[in-house]
Amino acid sequence: MKKIKYILFVLCLVPLAALASGSEVKLDHAPLRPDDKLSLQRGAHTFVNYCLSCHSAEFMRYNRLRDLGLSENQISDNLIFTGQKVGELMTVAMKKKEAKQWFGVAPPDLSVIARSRGPDWLYTYLRKFYRDESTATGWNNVVFDKAAMPHVLYQLQGEQSLVTKTVDDGHGGKHEVSELKLDKPGTLSKTEYDAYVADLVNYLVYLGEPAATKRVQIGIVVMLFLFVMLGLAYALKHEYWRDIH
Amino acid sequence: MGKRLESMMEWIDARFPLTSTWKAHLSEYYAPKNFNFWYYFGSLAMLVLVNQLLTGIFLTMNYKPDASMAFASVEYIMRDVDFGWLIRYMHSTGASMFFVVVYLHMFRGMMYGSYRKPRELLWLIGMGIFFVLMMLAFTGYILPWGQMSYWGAQVIISMVGAIPVIGQTLSNWILGDFMLSDAALNRFFAYHVVTLPVLLVTLVFVHIIALHEVGSNNPDGIEIKANKDPITHIPVDGIPFHPYYSVKDIVGVVGFLIVFCGIIFFMPEMGGYFLEYNNFIPANTLQTPDHIAPVWYFTPYYSMLRAVTVNFLWVDAKIWGIVLMGGSVAIFALLPWLDRSPVKSIRYKGPYFKIALTLFVISVFVLGWLGTKSPTPLYTLLAQIFTVIYFAFFVLMPWYSKIDKTKPEPKRVTG
Repeated sequence: MKKIKYILFVLCLVPLAALASGSEVKLDHAPLRPDDKLSLQRGAHTFVNYCLSCHSAEFMRYNRLRDLGLSENQISDNLIFTGQKVGELMTVAMKKKEAKQWFGVAPPDLSVIARSRGPDWLYTYLRKFYRDESTATGWNNVVFDKAAMPHVLYQLQGEQSLVTKTVDDGHGGKHEVSELKLDKPGTLSKTEYDAYVADLVNYLVYLGEPAATKRVQIGIVVMLFLFVMLGLAYALKHEYWRDIH
Repeated sequence: MGKRLESMMEWIDARFPLTSTWKAHLSEYYAPKNFNFWYYFGSLAMLVLVNQLLTGIFLTMNYKPDASMAFASVEYIMRDVDFGWLIRYMHSTGASMFFVVVYLHMFRGMMYGSYRKPRELLWLIGMGIFFVLMMLAFTGYILPWGQMSYWGAQVIISMVGAIPVIGQTLSNWILGDFMLSDAALNRFFAYHVVTLPVLLVTLVFVHIIALHEVGSNNPDGIEIKANKDPITHIPVDGIPFHPYYSVKDIVGVVGFLIVFCGIIFFMPEMGGYFLEYNNFIPANTLQTPDHIAPVWYFTPYYSMLRAVTVNFLWVDAKIWGIVLMGGSVAIFALLPWLDRSPVKSIRYKGPYFKIALTLFVISVFVLGWLGTKSPTPLYTLLAQIFTVIYFAFFVLMPWYSKIDKTKPEPKRVTG
C-alpha cells in the first residue's frame, strides 16, 4: 500500500515537470505602499498631468480622491484642469474615433488597468521605453513591443536605446542579451525616476480598487469577530453533545 | 404568555401543519450520530445559496444588462454604491465557493456511497442541482461583459454551433443574433436572475424532501433505520437533527465564514482564479485574447474538451470533445448503477476502490490545472492520459467494485 501511495504522489507531480514557460520579459517588482498617502497624492498629480489628457478613468470620480487625504477644494484647485465639477467622472475630451486615427488604437481607459495588467507590468512598462526610429511614434517598449503610446515621461527619464550584445555563457555557447542604455539623461536621476513611476503605479493600483484599504480594515474586524464566534459556537456544540456517545 | 402562545400554535396547526413539519424535518428528524467533517457541506451549500440570492438581489438593483453599460455598471457598484464592493465580492466569491462546497459534498457522496440504494433518486436530483448550478455560473459570468465573459461564452456558444445540421440555427435561436451581442446578454441576464434561481431553489427543496424520506447516509454506509428501538421506533444510532446538528452546523458555518471572509476581504481575486485578470478589460468583439481560460471550476471539463484531437468515425474531433465534456458531467448520474460493491462506505471497501478514487481525484486536479494553461503538445498528451483515467474510474467500476476485497460492515455506527 505504501508503494502505491508513493506512486500516486509522484503521479501528482508529473505535470509540474512540464512547467517550462516561454520567453516572457522578466518584470520588475513594483514597490507598492497603499497606505502612503503622500505617495498616492504624488501619483495622482502625475496621473492627471501626464495620463489624463489621452487616457480616461471614466469609472472614477474626482471627489473620491478625498480617500488620499485631500479636500474637495484641494482636488478642484490642483487636480482638475478640465473645468469639470469635483463630483464628475475622470473623462477625456478626446474622441475615441479620432484617437484611433492618431495612435492606431484608442488609448484604453485606466480605471481598472492595474487589475488587468498588474502593478509589476505597469512599473516595468513605464520604465522600459527606448528610442526606435522604425515605429510611428519613434518609441518602442521592451515589455510591450510596438506599443502605440509614445514615451510621455521622456523629459523626466531621458532617452534610452536598446543595445544588443553577444555574450559568452561560460559553457562555450553564445547568446544575445539586450539591455537599455541611457543616451540622454532627463531631469530626474534613475533612482528619482523609479520612485516617480512607483508613486504613479501606487496610485493606479488605488484607482483600480479605491475601496481596497477600507476592505482590509473591515476584514480584520470581521475576522476577529468570527474567531470569537467560532469559540462560542464550539462551546455551544460541546455543551449540547455532552450526552451523545 | 405561555398559554396564549400555545393557543396560537393550536390555531395555526388547525390550519397549517407547522408543528408537525417542524417535528418531521427538524426536532424529530433522526440523523446518524456519527457525521464527520464531510457532512458540513450540504448545509454550507444552502448557506451559499442564500448568500447568492440575497447579494444577487442587491446587485440587480444597480447592474445594467446592456452591452454598452454592463461593464461600467459593475464598476459603478464597486465604487459608487455604498458597500457595493462588498456585495459584489460576496457574490463573486460565493460563486466559486458554491462549487467548492458542492464538489466536496459530491466527493463525500462518492466516498461513503451515498448514491447507493435507496438514495439513487436523491443523487439524481443532486445531479440536476449541479447542472443548474453550472448554467447559473455560466450565465452569471457573462454579465460583467469583460473580455473573459465575452470570449468564454463565445467558446461555449461555438460548441452549440458545432452540432451537425441544426447547430447554427440553434445557436442563432439561443443568442437571438448571429453573434454574441446585447440580445444574448439580455436573455442570459433573465435566465441568471429569474429562471435558473427559481429552478435551483425548487430542486434544492425537492433534494431535501427526498433526503428526509430516505434518511441520511453516514460514514459507515449502514442504514440506521435497520436498527430501531422496539418501543419508541427511533433509530438507535439516530439523534434529532435539532438541536444536535443545528448547533454543530453553526460551528461549520462559522468555520466556513472564516475562509469565505478571508477571501472576500483579503484576496477577492484569489490570484486570478475567482476573478480573472483579463475580465477587467471590457469586452472587445474584435480582439480575441491570446489565451482563453474558463473559471477554475470549469477547467477540468475544458481540458477534456480540448483533449480530443483526432476525427473519429467520420465525426469531427470538436464534436467528440463536446460529447466527452458532456459525458464527463453526465456520467456521475450513473454511479448508483455502476457501483457493484457489497458495501457502501470507503471504510469497508477494498484497495481497488481506494486506488481508483485517488486516481480519479488526481486526474480532476491535473485536468483542472491543465485547463488554465494554453495547450502545448505535452499538455494535450497529459490531458488525454488523465481524461482516460477520469473515465476509467466510472467505466471500470462495475468490474473493480465487484472483485474488490471488502471488509464486513459493522452492525452499529462507529466513531
